[in-house]
Amino acid sequence: MATEVTVEAAPHRCDAAAGADAVFRVEHLTKIYRTGDVEVRALDDVTVSLHEGELAVMLGPSGSGKSTFLNILGGLDVATSGRVLFRDLDLSEASERQLTRFRRNHVGFVFQFYNLIPSLTARENVALVTEIARDPMSPAEALGMVDLSDRMDHFPAQLSGGEQQRVAIARAIAKRPEVLLCDEPTGALDSKTGVTVLNALRTINRELGTSTAIITHNAGIQAMAERVIHFIDGRIASVNVNAETISPDEITW
Amino acid sequence: MTGLSALDRKVLRDLARLWVQALAIALVLACGVASLIISLGAYRSLEETRATYYDRHRFGDVFATVTRAPRALLPRIQAIDGVGHVELRVRDYAILDILGMREPATGLALSIPDYRETSVNLPFLRSGRLPEPERTNEVAVTEKFAEAHGFRPGDRFQAILNGTKRDLVIVGTFLSPEFIYALAPGDIMPDPRRFAIMLFSERALSGLLDLEGAFNDVSLRLLKGTNPDGVIDELDTLLAPYGGTGAMARKDQMSHAFLDAELQQLRSMSTLLPPIFLLVSAFLINMILSRLIALEREQIGLFKAVGYSSGAIALHYLKLVMVISIIGIIIGFGVGTWLGRGLFRLFGEFYTFPFLIFRLHIDIYLIAALISLAAAIAGGLKAVWSTVTLPPAVAMSAPAPTTYRKLLTERLGILKPFSRLTVMGLRHLVRHPVRSAMTTIGMSFAVGLLCASMYFLDVTTFMIDWLYNQAQRQNASITFIEEQRPDAVQAVMRLPGVVKAEPARHLAVTMSRGYRERRISLVAKSNDDTLARVVDQSGDVVWVPKHGVLINDQMARNLDVDVGDLVRIEITEGKRRVAEVPVTHIVTSFFGIDAYMDADALNRLAGEGPRVDGFHLTIDEDVADELYRDVKALPQIASLNLLDLSREKFQETLSENTRIMATTYIALSVIIAFGVMYNAARIQLSERARELASLRVLGFTGREVFSVLLAELGMIVLIAQPLGWCIGVLIALSMVHAFDSDLYRLPLIVEIDTMAIATVISIAAVAASLYLVWERVQHLDLIGVLKTRD
Repeated sequence: MATEVTVEAAPHRCDAAAGADAVFRVEHLTKIYRTGDVEVRALDDVTVSLHEGELAVMLGPSGSGKSTFLNILGGLDVATSGRVLFRDLDLSEASERQLTRFRRNHVGFVFQFYNLIPSLTARENVALVTEIARDPMSPAEALGMVDLSDRMDHFPAQLSGGEQQRVAIARAIAKRPEVLLCDEPTGALDSKTGVTVLNALRTINRELGTSTAIITHNAGIQAMAERVIHFIDGRIASVNVNAETISPDEITW
Repeated sequence: MTGLSALDRKVLRDLARLWVQALAIALVLACGVASLIISLGAYRSLEETRATYYDRHRFGDVFATVTRAPRALLPRIQAIDGVGHVELRVRDYAILDILGMREPATGLALSIPDYRETSVNLPFLRSGRLPEPERTNEVAVTEKFAEAHGFRPGDRFQAILNGTKRDLVIVGTFLSPEFIYALAPGDIMPDPRRFAIMLFSERALSGLLDLEGAFNDVSLRLLKGTNPDGVIDELDTLLAPYGGTGAMARKDQMSHAFLDAELQQLRSMSTLLPPIFLLVSAFLINMILSRLIALEREQIGLFKAVGYSSGAIALHYLKLVMVISIIGIIIGFGVGTWLGRGLFRLFGEFYTFPFLIFRLHIDIYLIAALISLAAAIAGGLKAVWSTVTLPPAVAMSAPAPTTYRKLLTERLGILKPFSRLTVMGLRHLVRHPVRSAMTTIGMSFAVGLLCASMYFLDVTTFMIDWLYNQAQRQNASITFIEEQRPDAVQAVMRLPGVVKAEPARHLAVTMSRGYRERRISLVAKSNDDTLARVVDQSGDVVWVPKHGVLINDQMARNLDVDVGDLVRIEITEGKRRVAEVPVTHIVTSFFGIDAYMDADALNRLAGEGPRVDGFHLTIDEDVADELYRDVKALPQIASLNLLDLSREKFQETLSENTRIMATTYIALSVIIAFGVMYNAARIQLSERARELASLRVLGFTGREVFSVLLAELGMIVLIAQPLGWCIGVLIALSMVHAFDSDLYRLPLIVEIDTMAIATVISIAAVAASLYLVWERVQHLDLIGVLKTRD
C-alpha cells in the first residue's frame, strides 16, 4: 500500500547536525545487566546528543546496545551510571512516577511488534493516548496522517501488519510528542509495507517537527536520516551526518 | 532429580513456578476432601458409636408408661410375639433441692432391679456403685449432673418424691443409652445442671412411690427382625386398663430422635459441601492448565516434532494436575481427620457416650481421593486435549489472534461513559464467556457459603426470639403431680413472686387419620392466654378455635391432613374417649409436633370436668428466691421449668455451635474466593502482560493499568454477588431440608444484612488476592514484553 507523501522542509529545521538545541543530552551512559555471576555491559560510556527536530537512525548489529540506549531515553529503563537529560529533566535521577509522567507527556513509542491493544479498535487505541495527553490531536486526525482514515473502526486483528504499525505510529504522535522513539519499526514488515511506514515517520518528522530516533539493523534506512549513529559492543563507533537525505521510496531491502 | 525424565523434571519446575496458584487450587480441593471426610467420617463414627452403645447396653426397642400396673403382667408381656426381654420399672419426676443452687432442679427417679442385672437399658457405671437393694436414700445420678454440681459419691442432696422431701446420698454416677440426649420435660436443650436421672433400688423406689408389686414403666427389647408396630398394638391393649397412654417405638424415643436428627444433618452436609469444592477445583484446574498450555503451545509442537506422542504429552500435563490433586488430597486428609476428630469429640461432649469409636474409614478416604482426582483430571483433560491433538506444525506457529467485538451495549450506545481502560476490561470479559461465567460461578459459591453461614446466625436469633419472646412468654411453668381443679390458681397466685398464672392442661392422645397416627400431648388453650401462646411464623397470635383442633404444619404433614379434614382423637388416659374432630387451622411452627384445642372443648372431650395439670407463670425476679424456696418444699409440684434459664442454655449451646459452624464456613468461603480470584487475576495478568506493559510504556500509571484488570474482575465480583445470594438461599434451603424433623425445623430467612456482610467478606478476600496481583502489575517487565510477538 503506497502512500503519497508531501515532502517539504519544516520551517524551523535548519542545520540539525550543527548544534541546534539538544532534546536529549547523554553523558557517559553505562548500563550493566547482571544475571547471577554474569555481567553484561550493554552500554559503555556513551556520550551523545539528539537534536530538536532531527531524524536520527541508530545502526548496529543485535546486541550492540542500541535498544538499551533507546529504552533508557524513553524512560523504560534506568542507567547504571552516567546522565541522561531530557531538556532539564535528569532521567537518571527521576522517580518511577516522574518517568511515567515523562512517557505520558513527551515521548511517543513505535515498536517492532506494534503493541496495539487487541481489544480496542484503531481509533480507540489512539484515543487511549489522546485521553490522557495535554494537547492532543484528535484520533481521526492522527490516523489521517498515517492514511488510515477508512480503517479507524477496525480491531487490530482485522488489520494488516503495515496498517497495525501505522496505527501504532498514529497512537505515538497523536499527543504531539517532542520525541518519537522507534525500535525496529519495519522489523516485522516486508519491504513495500516498510517503506509506507518509513514515509509516515518522515512525514511526521517534517510536518510536526518531532525529533525522531529510529533503531534498525537495516543499513538501507540510514540514507533517509540526517544523522546516523553506529553502535558496536555498547559503544558509539561513529556518527555520520548525511549531507543529503533520500526519500524512503528510494530505499529497498 | 537424576532419575527423572526430562518431561517429569518439567512438571516439577512448572509446579515450583506456579506454586501459589497450585497451592490455592490444592486448598480448595483439600476443602472438598476434608468436608467429605468430616461429614461422612463423623456420621459413620457417630452411628457406629451409637449402635455399639445400644447393643452393649441393651437399649430398648419399645417404651411405655402406665399409671400403675401389677407386676403379674410380666408373663403376658413376655408372651407377646417378638419380645426378647422385658424390664418393668417404677419412675417418677421429682423436684430437687441442691445446696448452693437457688432454683429447684428436676429429677427423674428410675428403678433398677435388685439382685440381678438390668436386662433392658443397662446403665454404664462411671464411678462408685449402683444403689444397694432396699436402701431408700441411695441413688446413682447421671455423670453430667454430678459434674455440673461437683458431686462425688458420698455427697448429698434433697428431693421431693411422692410429696415427701428426702435426703439422698449419691453412691455412684452413670450414663445410659436412654439418655444420651437428656432433656428435662418442657426443655429443648439438655441442661445437666438442672436435670438429673436418679437410679434407685427397685424395692426402695417402689416403696417411696407406693408402687409395691406394681410398675409404671416398661421397656422391651425385641427379637431381631420384629416389627415394633405389632408389638406396640398388643402391648397397648394389655396396658390400657392400667392407664397406659400408648407405647412408642425407639424412633420416637426423645434421646434417640435427637441423635437421628443430628445424623441426618451430617449426612446432608456430606452431599452439600464436597460437590461445591470439587466443582470449583475442577474449574480452577481447567483454568490454570488452559493457560499453561496456551503459553506452551510452541513447546508442545516441538515435543511432537521430536517424536513424543499426543498421549505422552497429555500425560505430562495430567501429571501436573495429579501432583496438585495429591497435595490437595493429603492436606484434605490431614485437616479432615483432625477436624473430624475434633467435631466428633464435640459430639462426645454434647451427647453423653461412655466411649467414642472414631475409626479411620479407609473407604471414605479412598472415595474422597478418587472423587477429587477424577474431578481434577476432568477439569484438566478438557484443557489438555484440544491443544495436544493439534498437528505439530500448527502447534508451533502462533495461535490466530484473538478477535474482539464491540459490546452489545456499545453498539446500542450505552457504554459511552466508560473509559477506554474499562472498555478493554469488559471486552476481554465478554471475549471469554465460558471462563468468565465459571469464574463468576466460583466466586458466587464463596458468597453463597458466606450467606449460608450468616443464615445460621440469623436463624438462631430468630428461633430464640420466636420461641421465647413470641410463643412462650412465661418466665416459668409448674406442673403438678396430679391434675387439679382450675381453682388451684388461687393457691398458685399466693406463691411469692407470682404476678400472673395461666392454666395449662395436656392430654395424652393418639391422633390419626387413616393408617397414619401420632401420639402427642393435646394442649388446652384459651383465647385469654397471654403467656404460652400459639403464634405463627411471623409471631402473630393464632386464636384457637372454639371447635375442632388447631395443629402445626409438621403434624399436618405427619397425618397428611388439610384444614377441614377430620382427624380421630383417641384419648389414652382417663376415660379414654374417642372423637372425630375437624382440623380448623394449621399453623407454621418450628418445634415439635403440636395440636391445640380450646380448653373448654378439651375438658368436654376428656369428660372429667375442668382440670389443670400446671400453670404458666410470670414471676417477679426480685422475689424469685422465695418462690424457689417454696416450690422446693411443695409436695404437689412435679416440676418447675424456668424459661429464662432454658433460653440461656439454648442460646449458649446454639451460639457455641453456630460460632464453630460460621467460622468454618467463613474460612471455607475465603479459601474459595481467594483461590478463584487469585487464579483468575494471575491468568489475566499472564494473558495480558504485553498489553498492560504497553499501557505502562504509553504513560499510564501502575494504578491505571491495574484498573483494566479491576474492571474485568470487578464486573465478575459484582455479578457474583446476586448470584451468590441466590446460591446462599439455595444452601439455606437445603439446610432447612436437612434439619427438618419432628423435633425442630428451620425457617428460611435470609436477611439483607446477611447478604451485605457476605458481600463485604467476599470482597475483602478478593481484595487480598488482588493485592498480590497489584504487586506484580507494579513490576511488569516493560522491556521484555515489547521484544516479543504476542
